[in-house]
Amino acid sequence: MSGRRRLSLGERLVIAAPYFWIAAFFLAPMLLVAKISVSQSVLARPPYRPIFQLSDSFADLWAKAQNFTLDSYRALVSDTLYVESYLSSLTIAAVSTLITLIVAYPFALAIARAPERLRPLLIGLAAAPFWTSFLIRVYAWIALLKDEGLINNALMALGLISAPLQMYATSGAVVVGIVYSYLPFMLLPLYAALERQDVSLREAAADLGASPAQVFFRVTLPLSREGVVAGSLLVFIPAVGEFVIPDLLGGSETLMIGRTLWNDFFSNHDWPAASAAAIALVALLMVPLLAWERARLKEEEEAR
Amino acid sequence: MSAPLLSIANVSKTFGAVVALENVSLDVGAGEFFALLGPSGCGKTTLMRCIAGFETPDAGAIILNGADLSGVPPFRRPVNMMFQSYALFPHIDVFENIAFGLRRQGETKVAINTRVDELLAMTQLSSYGHRRIGELSGGQKQRVALARALAPRPKMLLLDEPLGALDRKLREETQFQLKEIQRLTQTSFVIVTHDQDEALALADRIAVMRAGRVEQVAGPMEIYDRPATRFVAGFVGETNFIEGRLARNAGAALITEFGPIPCDPGDVPDGARATLSMRPERIGVAQGGEGIVGFVENFVFRGETTLLRVRVAENVVLRAAAGHGERHAIGDAVRLRFPSDAGALLAEEK
Repeated sequence: MSGRRRLSLGERLVIAAPYFWIAAFFLAPMLLVAKISVSQSVLARPPYRPIFQLSDSFADLWAKAQNFTLDSYRALVSDTLYVESYLSSLTIAAVSTLITLIVAYPFALAIARAPERLRPLLIGLAAAPFWTSFLIRVYAWIALLKDEGLINNALMALGLISAPLQMYATSGAVVVGIVYSYLPFMLLPLYAALERQDVSLREAAADLGASPAQVFFRVTLPLSREGVVAGSLLVFIPAVGEFVIPDLLGGSETLMIGRTLWNDFFSNHDWPAASAAAIALVALLMVPLLAWERARLKEEEEAR
Repeated sequence: MSAPLLSIANVSKTFGAVVALENVSLDVGAGEFFALLGPSGCGKTTLMRCIAGFETPDAGAIILNGADLSGVPPFRRPVNMMFQSYALFPHIDVFENIAFGLRRQGETKVAINTRVDELLAMTQLSSYGHRRIGELSGGQKQRVALARALAPRPKMLLLDEPLGALDRKLREETQFQLKEIQRLTQTSFVIVTHDQDEALALADRIAVMRAGRVEQVAGPMEIYDRPATRFVAGFVGETNFIEGRLARNAGAALITEFGPIPCDPGDVPDGARATLSMRPERIGVAQGGEGIVGFVENFVFRGETTLLRVRVAENVVLRAAAGHGERHAIGDAVRLRFPSDAGALLAEEK
């Protein structure tokens, strides 16, 4: 572009607003958490040191900062509980995301190919669960999955099983809960990507000899990649840090980082350790995001 | 004509209450360049989509190379289509777009490379194989679409408004290329167009369609010089409709309020009311001598000709094209002459 135009004050303010928002409501709390993560754990209230005060001079701040320690981060690596929690969280989130994708794709396809006047209704129905509380919906799954729950009772009544299946309080139950809860987040980006696909592209593929399956795998699926990635990120990222679902549906052996964090904060009162775990989690999740963004930018560059 | 490559017999199709095709019958020969011409909504695109297999006719049969195509899905039909929007795959490059049909046929890698290179050369895109679709100009996209549709060597190529998206200058150039490629490949081309010039320029034969029916099927010259209906005469080219009564005695002529006009009577009975379609450039314009007298009301300079509006009767104005270099002024008296083979006599249908 030649000669970038100077922006007016109003334009600058409009552009600054979202940056201000992020700084105030995302960056500032993150910095607080980061600061706690390098503090020392003490038996006090609040349970960490040093504590900065508004009256502190720069010299005071510097003196207090000498007390910063990376102990909490060392603990993250050395304590197998954390490493296992991370790995288990990533695995459960990845499996859940994959299943959500496989379940949501046909739904999104069906909605995108439904008669145009039906689509808003179908999308509305897909979002309908949001009308009730998330917590209640997860509790409902307990009623379905527990030993004397609906599913086990039905299967026993049909004579398919003689003893109840252990479904409740397993990692499988956590996956089911995540898939169920996050389905709309996968559905909407997929639908958006599929809905704007040009019908004539599929017709052209069929015309050139592609069977319906080939049309799907060669044209429809690759062209919906943006939706697949967006939906997967929207499910995967919150699923990794999910706390409510593993707490309610998971068993004692289901390790997830959200739960470990909760325990550190509220049971062990080890705020620095919990903060370090949280910071590490954010860093961990930024990696795939940044990688995707870089790949996308590079592709755009090449397309030019 | 030997057995036609494509035979469309009594095909009808309705969408709800709209009749898209009504009892259409057509034959297209092998190696023929055939045009379906008509205004939008005349059913020409629906007919093409029936041939490709994207629409199913309510009645009638489409027979290609002796085989009935009813129930055959698009991907098993040996015809390919070039879409009006081109419908190129944006996620793969030019080479892969052209190779798409060949890969579905399970050709060997070597055969695919050879064929794609051949088509890239034919469409003057040799250095563009690895370009993305988004990087191409409109004309280049049009050529990729053509190459992609031709790659699997279809028995018949269907082209839906292939030049519609190009600007005027590029369109003329592309017309020649298209004709040349059709000649080289010896493939039957069926083109859908609403542009009469395009149909006249490209096609060996033209079917003029109107409201789901075929009005006339003939070569371009015949369509232009001997239109079968008033609609065809009016849709293809410019014309004057001259109303009158046919007199068959002593050199047939149409008796009009401004005088007799000689014409070929065809099978119109003596004394019947009829319409003569007369192209402006077939009317002779002179300052004096024989002919029907008229007064120049208006004129438009068109380059090689000047189009005059000549009043020959109180409420009859004819358009006549005067040759280059002839000068006329508004109000001039002129003489109009009508060669006896110049017009096409149509039974009255107003």
